[in-house]
Amino acid sequence: MEETGGVKLLGFWVSPFAQRVKWALKLKGVQYEYIEEDIYNKSPLLSKLNPVYGMVPVLVHNGKPISESIIILEYIDEVWKQAPLLPQDPYERAQARFWAKFAEEKVRQSVWEAMCSSGEEKQKAVKSAVEAFEEFEKELKRRGTKFFGGETIGFVDIVAGCISYQLALHEEVGSIKILDSSKFPAISEWIKNFLNHPLINEGLPQKDQMFAYFSKRSKEIASQKMSHKTA
Amino acid sequence: MSSRGSKMEEVKLFGYWVSPFCRSVEIALNIKGIQYEYIEEDLTNKSPQLLQYNPVYKKIPVLLHNGKPIVESMVILEYIDETWKNNPILPEDPFEKARARFWANFVDQKCFPALWKTIWSTSEQYEQNKAEALERLKVLENELGGKRFFGGDSIGMVDIVANFIGFSFRTIQEALKLDVFTEDNFPKLWEWAENFANCSPVKKCLPPQDKLIANFPPAYMGKTLVSSFQSRLQLQFHPPAAAK
Repeated sequence: MEETGGVKLLGFWVSPFAQRVKWALKLKGVQYEYIEEDIYNKSPLLSKLNPVYGMVPVLVHNGKPISESIIILEYIDEVWKQAPLLPQDPYERAQARFWAKFAEEKVRQSVWEAMCSSGEEKQKAVKSAVEAFEEFEKELKRRGTKFFGGETIGFVDIVAGCISYQLALHEEVGSIKILDSSKFPAISEWIKNFLNHPLINEGLPQKDQMFAYFSKRSKEIASQKMSHKTA
Repeated sequence: MSSRGSKMEEVKLFGYWVSPFCRSVEIALNIKGIQYEYIEEDLTNKSPQLLQYNPVYKKIPVLLHNGKPIVESMVILEYIDETWKNNPILPEDPFEKARARFWANFVDQKCFPALWKTIWSTSEQYEQNKAEALERLKVLENELGGKRFFGGDSIGMVDIVANFIGFSFRTIQEALKLDVFTEDNFPKLWEWAENFANCSPVKKCLPPQDKLIANFPPAYMGKTLVSSFQSRLQLQFHPPAAAK
């Protein structure tokens, strides 16, 4: 813990991307100042620190900003060497990066799309999500460990971790069913183990507040899509 | 081009010659001076090896190192940089490394799709797609600033990932008579592209421009797109006049 210098995290309470960074910092025992941003009414600070996207999370370390959650995780892992998130071996690191990318682009993204869409589009998105879960289940089973990272939480667990506390809500809001625990026993067990970790479970947003937010958001997105279609 | 390291290491690359994702890997291998066997895949008839080595996506590029497959071009670039330490393509400093990854992502996820869309625009869509592409290129031009390459004095990960902008896009754009990436609009990027295409690790794996045009789009993209492209080449696609 040779690194000194202020660590700040700009986030949004329900953002799964910001949550990834919180988990990484907590697992490494890194003290940080959390700054809540209203992403629908962005502060000058956020626009200054992330001029390209104006999005959270942004990690500020020694006054320098880093954005994009997966890039921030890599940075954290390189600066604070305790409780490593990525394996040492380059091949194993490549596998972790592959599955992290898969978790973000195929697992998380498809669930969100399935929640926010309707009709044929929804059916397609649910199908994609289930296929993604099948691949994820296969890989978890193949590894045969408690977490993707082994016996301790690692990079892929943190990136995929948002499904542990948000998936059920997305399913409810979107009237969809993806995670059938009889079909996905390894993922179901992984979710249980992940949420059992005190640092993971600590400080997660309230379920009813998340439910209200997702309901509102998915209605907004649906009406945006309708207005594009009829325009 | 000599093989670094004390033992003979078996490096194979499954690729498709038109693919800029595949080209990224070739450039990185060339920068490091790694000897490799290149295997051209017919994407309309994928080999059993490709399906075995990339069961999740069934796509190229696939790097095989001592029998172990690595897939997804950006993941492969990171693997190459961590395995062969000479001529690094990412900076040493964690903050600069994060910055390079950020811009590589921007090129990959924002610039490439925007430019790709302009190629496939109908005349009605062109102006809007062009506007989006110009916006993205402007951000990139600002980031390049006064640097010779995004990587500084020598090419790095961002330059490698941007190979489509540096070479193929300009070739296709010229054939279609599009006016997206011009020297007037983007003088710094234009100069970057000239320098980039002339770098020896890049030059080694660039196809001749006429071959690229004659074989674009690749057959696996489907007959409709291929014939649409060919008829545009004959028409020499012109964006609509403003008055319409």
